[in-house]
Amino acid sequence: MTYLEAIREALRSEMRRDPRVFVLGEDIGVHGGAFGITKGFLDEFGPWRVIDAPLSEAANVGAGIGAAVMGMRPVVELQFADFVTDAFTQVVNMAATFHWRTGCPLPLVLRMPYGGDVKGGPFHSQCKEAWFVHTPGLKVVAPATAGDAKGLLLAAIRDPNPVLYFEHKHLYRYRREEVPDGEHVTPIGRAHVAREGTALSVISYGWMLHKCLAAADAAARDGIAAEVLDLRSLLPLDRDAILGTVRKTGKALIVHEATRTAGVGAEVAALIAEEAFESLDGPVVRLASEDTPVPHSPVLEAAFQPQVEEIAGAIRALAAY
Amino acid sequence: MSTIEATSRAGDALTPGELLEMLYYMRLQRAIEDRAIKLYYQGRIPGAYFTGWGHEAIAVGATYALGPADLLAPMHRDLAAYLMRGIPARRVFAQFLDREGGLTRGRDGNIHMGDPRLGILPFISHMAASVPVAAGMALACRQRGQARVVLTFFGDGATSTGAWHEGVNFAAVLRLPVVLVLENNQYAYSTPLDRQTAARALVDKAPGYGIPGVAVDGNDVLAVYAAARAAVARARDGGGPTLIECRTMRMRGHSEADHFAYVPRELLAAWAARDPIALFERRLREEGQLTAEADRAMQGRIAQEVEEALAWAEASPEPAPASVAEGVYAASDGR
Ligand SMILES: Cc1ncc(C[n+]2csc(CCOP(=O)(O)OP(=O)(O)O)c2C)c(N)n1
Ligand SMILES: [Mg+2]
Repeated sequence: MTYLEAIREALRSEMRRDPRVFVLGEDIGVHGGAFGITKGFLDEFGPWRVIDAPLSEAANVGAGIGAAVMGMRPVVELQFADFVTDAFTQVVNMAATFHWRTGCPLPLVLRMPYGGDVKGGPFHSQCKEAWFVHTPGLKVVAPATAGDAKGLLLAAIRDPNPVLYFEHKHLYRYRREEVPDGEHVTPIGRAHVAREGTALSVISYGWMLHKCLAAADAAARDGIAAEVLDLRSLLPLDRDAILGTVRKTGKALIVHEATRTAGVGAEVAALIAEEAFESLDGPVVRLASEDTPVPHSPVLEAAFQPQVEEIAGAIRALAAY
Repeated sequence: MSTIEATSRAGDALTPGELLEMLYYMRLQRAIEDRAIKLYYQGRIPGAYFTGWGHEAIAVGATYALGPADLLAPMHRDLAAYLMRGIPARRVFAQFLDREGGLTRGRDGNIHMGDPRLGILPFISHMAASVPVAAGMALACRQRGQARVVLTFFGDGATSTGAWHEGVNFAAVLRLPVVLVLENNQYAYSTPLDRQTAARALVDKAPGYGIPGVAVDGNDVLAVYAAARAAVARARDGGGPTLIECRTMRMRGHSEADHFAYVPRELLAAWAARDPIALFERRLREEGQLTAEADRAMQGRIAQEVEEALAWAEASPEPAPASVAEGVYAASDGR
């Protein structure tokens, strides 16, 4: 199934399993969502579990928080992750601090359709996960595969904390994959070695993971065996997996679609510098999008984002260092 | 025009014991705050300190209209509401002192407190941030078929925020059981009402959301109670939210650090003559509900409670430094 179908199936199975789970968002009921994720849900679950909400991010996220305070398990859909700015207070002040202030759980999931290569331009393409990785009290996940799209959504819904689930729009219909049936939970905070290798470690997540895998294939034709680590969770980071792969290969290339400065890659690089310095055989390298807003023109966006050839070039250069 | 001017007649439905209980909570709020003001000037309260001086009738009148299973999303000038819904005075003092025994265990301070286990949403700094959350609490009740009502308080300044607009609109669209109590004390910090809104009156915003609005004398506890009782009943019956504008005056600085020279002294003097506690006492005395003996007994009880609560709070330890990283995340219960 596709990544999009995996999200739909995970959501549907959790709603069947647990009556506390419900979805709320703009255009998600009658219309089935801007991307069709919740198509058919209204008929199956009714209007009090599939809530067509006003164009009102602060209210929709705030209402999700209120329902979670009462022990429900809301999954609030942001139509595009970019619109979370309108709900910032609710996410970073109300939700993130809730357990720390009260000792009570806040089981809330925000579904965040994010990312570029969808001809979306500056307000429908952004990768702003680092804003939230900088916010203690939140959890942040970003699946790259259909299997993890399912597994991480199950984990997010069952988690007693607010979880921001960054689902990449370009991956929705990117390809078909085998997805395990039934209980398939991807633990939050656990990275995954997507490709084994010994020459260097390529650390990535989301849509860029696929570009990194393609680049690693290209480098393999030159005899370079790159290891590729899929972070999957950004908060908490899987420190052991990051340090493990770098200690094994001695080199790290970090690739993400989010802009470079103070992105998640900066944190990963700092972690490696602090904890794996003795294992390094070369500089820690970052490849990320340009420090600009996301351009609308496909030509400009291609120049903005890391591309497979660029990643392959960085792999070759670092391997040769 | 959906505005109705409510009167105090609903006091008729209250028993003498209930009327005295209302007075007790108004006085208890005042007594705790007076004591805390002293602590503040002694430098014993870390950070800022806010009182609800002049707001007691709003806190008590509105909260008194709730049933036992109802829910509360309070703000920073309605201490009595917290007390009436089950937060003990000793924990309030411990909260003010940033002690382990405070509601947030030193993680947050002053009136930023609550207890979800008691159905009280903890208040945070961001004005009106509780309004959408209160709507969500009401949504959960509606989803479960529970006939519970959520009462939320906010200030005149708060009504200018996006959060307020979005929360009120959301509750109105879904006809959720929410009662919206506006504590219009004429100022938001130094900002007077005419810098907050161009509306003739804040209650006039209600029709824009398709909900009823009512303006009441916020210094008349029985008027507030009457309006709140009607709004709670409407919410419980599926009639959706009501906006209650309670008109009062902030009688002290925004916080105790504020000299509030920007408030005309004549305005304060005029409102001081209408102190909500004094007004209610006079009425109860005239109607024979508050005898000299009952009055003395109540005052004595409050004085004792305040001193005992403060002693408990002072005995409560400072939070352990090593606990600073505790509780950022909830541990999974596996469900
Ligand atoms: C969103 C937001 N902006 C600014 C502040 C700083 N601030 C704290 S209270 C306050 C005034 C609040 O006025 P009002 O809502 O009328 O309540 P009052 O204090 O008068 O009872 C301000 C500006 C804040 N807490 N929240
Ligand atoms: Mg005010």
